[in-house]
Amino acid sequence: MSNNLNPEHSKEHPIDSAMLVSLMDFCPYAQLIGMQPKVENGELLFFLPFQPHNIGNDQLPALHGGLIGGFMEMAALMHMLCIQESNNVPRTIDFSIDYLRPGLAKDMRATCSVTKHGKQVANVQVTAWQDSPDKPVAVARAHLLLD
Amino acid sequence: MSYPLPVKNPKLFEPISKWICNIPHCKILQLELVQAERSKVVMRIPYQERLVADRRTGVMHGGAITALVDTASGLSIFTMLEELLGYPTLDLRIDYLRPATPGLAVYCAAETYRLAKEIAFTRATAYQEGNPLPVATSVGTFMRRRSPKGEQA
Repeated sequence: MSNNLNPEHSKEHPIDSAMLVSLMDFCPYAQLIGMQPKVENGELLFFLPFQPHNIGNDQLPALHGGLIGGFMEMAALMHMLCIQESNNVPRTIDFSIDYLRPGLAKDMRATCSVTKHGKQVANVQVTAWQDSPDKPVAVARAHLLLD
Repeated sequence: MSYPLPVKNPKLFEPISKWICNIPHCKILQLELVQAERSKVVMRIPYQERLVADRRTGVMHGGAITALVDTASGLSIFTMLEELLGYPTLDLRIDYLRPATPGLAVYCAAETYRLAKEIAFTRATAYQEGNPLPVATSVGTFMRRRSPKGEQA
């Protein structure tokens, strides 16, 4: 089983998929929007299968921008929880999202990259896409307060 | 200093605000419009267990607050419009000042403080009854769609 989620941190803190799934049990919001953590090609990513109740514009139709933000924020928190040593959930200090394309009525994926993992704070970049990672729907940056 | 005025075009605003509250994702969050005037709206999201971030604390998830802030900020633009135009979100920044108190609704007062030719600049505050310290503050920008129902956002 591929536990090698993050080459920089995996040595000291290996993650298994079961732990990721159990994280979801604590978070009704993540269950409501239907997001799922996944390991694909040794990389941790977050999958948001399309659900009609995630629609934010029924004319286009498109996913709700706030939902995309919530999905990406949750991705940053879960990603950090996976690579840090502590089991305490980080707290979001601030979250900034740039919307680049409409999120169409279909599945979405997000990956995170930790730009800085300090003692107190982490800076996490999140990219969300649908067809291809080269065509992001939104990019976001989260500052997370670590315990 | 400016004094409050009614929404610019109630015939536009009323159906738009109803439509927005009936959008599937807004419906599932139970988003409601509380009040509206020129440039400003107040919306609320009732406390619900399914919006909780962590069962152990009962605190509402930042994602639900993001959706509230995004929707209210976007809706505040329509209080200033004469005719229907599309305004997708360009960017949104949210500062979380404190966790939302479990059991209480979260309100969001949003304002379009500058409606330029192509860009609307918004700010918003999310808060709860009985606590003067806001849950979150936010700034955003929205961009007018050049084509009325164009394919690009």
